[in-house]
Amino acid sequence: MIAELGFLVAAAVLVGYVFVSMGRLAAGPTTPDRAVALDTINTLVVATMVLLGAALGQVVLVDVAIVYALLSFIATLYIARHLEGGPL
Amino acid sequence: MSALFYLLLAIGTAFNGLGAFALMRFPDVYTRIHGATKCTTFGSIFSILAVVAYGFYKGGGEGGTLALHALLALFFLLITNPTGSHALARAAHRAGVKPVGAVVDRLEEKK
Amino acid sequence: MRKWGAWAASAVFIYIVYLILTLWTGKLGLWSPGELIAGAVIAVLGAIPLAEVVWKRGDARLLQPHRWILFIFYLIGPFFLSMARANFDVAYRVITGKIKPGIVRFQPHLKTDFARTLLANSITLTPGTLTVDVDDDTGEFYVHWIYVRNPDPRPEEVCGPFPAWARRIAE
Repeated sequence: MIAELGFLVAAAVLVGYVFVSMGRLAAGPTTPDRAVALDTINTLVVATMVLLGAALGQVVLVDVAIVYALLSFIATLYIARHLEGGPL
Repeated sequence: MSALFYLLLAIGTAFNGLGAFALMRFPDVYTRIHGATKCTTFGSIFSILAVVAYGFYKGGGEGGTLALHALLALFFLLITNPTGSHALARAAHRAGVKPVGAVVDRLEEKK
Repeated sequence: MRKWGAWAASAVFIYIVYLILTLWTGKLGLWSPGELIAGAVIAVLGAIPLAEVVWKRGDARLLQPHRWILFIFYLIGPFFLSMARANFDVAYRVITGKIKPGIVRFQPHLKTDFARTLLANSITLTPGTLTVDVDDDTGEFYVHWIYVRNPDPRPEEVCGPFPAWARRIAE
């Protein structure tokens, strides 16, 4: 169907944005810059997974996106705590 | 009906792209967090709403499951995204990164 | 007594999430009996650590239903509008590069943790502002403002009607 093709194209575009964000991940002069780039990539990956779930008709990909969102949030909090220099 | 999906997807990808380019364009950590968080959250809302609309349009067990699970993903994304970026901003300030070209920095004066 | 209330609220929350995730698994009804039982067990056990963390300084007033209706109205009304404005604001600044950043301080006079969290998240997603730090004792907000108009602002200048909304919903 036509709508599914649209979801697939949108997911491909989001993957392109992930590569743009990777530029900041590689270039970022300070460590917080890289952490922000990683956080952005996580959000983009969650959106991509949901779109792929619709495009391929696999609901399980959306479930993976939920778990990925929660785990990446915890990872971000731990990176932030590490940057502050406090105890983990 | 397809037009609605395409419209939502177009808005979503446009704002997600704005977030990614704001990440490259702005000069320091705090302004990058501004661009990245606001735009990717807003773009993801529209991208996921397209999936939710598609799921309800498809109907039945599979479409309904898709829509509800996507809504749940959107809910968690809305809660976790600003919280995570706030933690990163605070960590950056405590790690000693100064805002570039700041006219005032009350948090620095507090210490 | 307070502890049991926090535990029950957490358990109900987990159970609702579980039921959404397993909707349409049954043959006749919406849920199969196995899923209902498994969800109940997971909710009862998972609520123990969740109640410890989330409700440490919580407030029973959050359980009043009219606050939820206000919250949903706030999300799709004023919050969504200012989020849309925030994105066009970022687009404008990405294109023109016109910024005058700074970290300002203001005092919105909010007491509960939930109200502060709500206001901090709203500030982060709305035009030109980003919460950097919240003083736990005094409740002062330190906000990174992308275009500083006034180095010592009142709360309304930075984030418009949001402190009033946070008070209405959570205090």
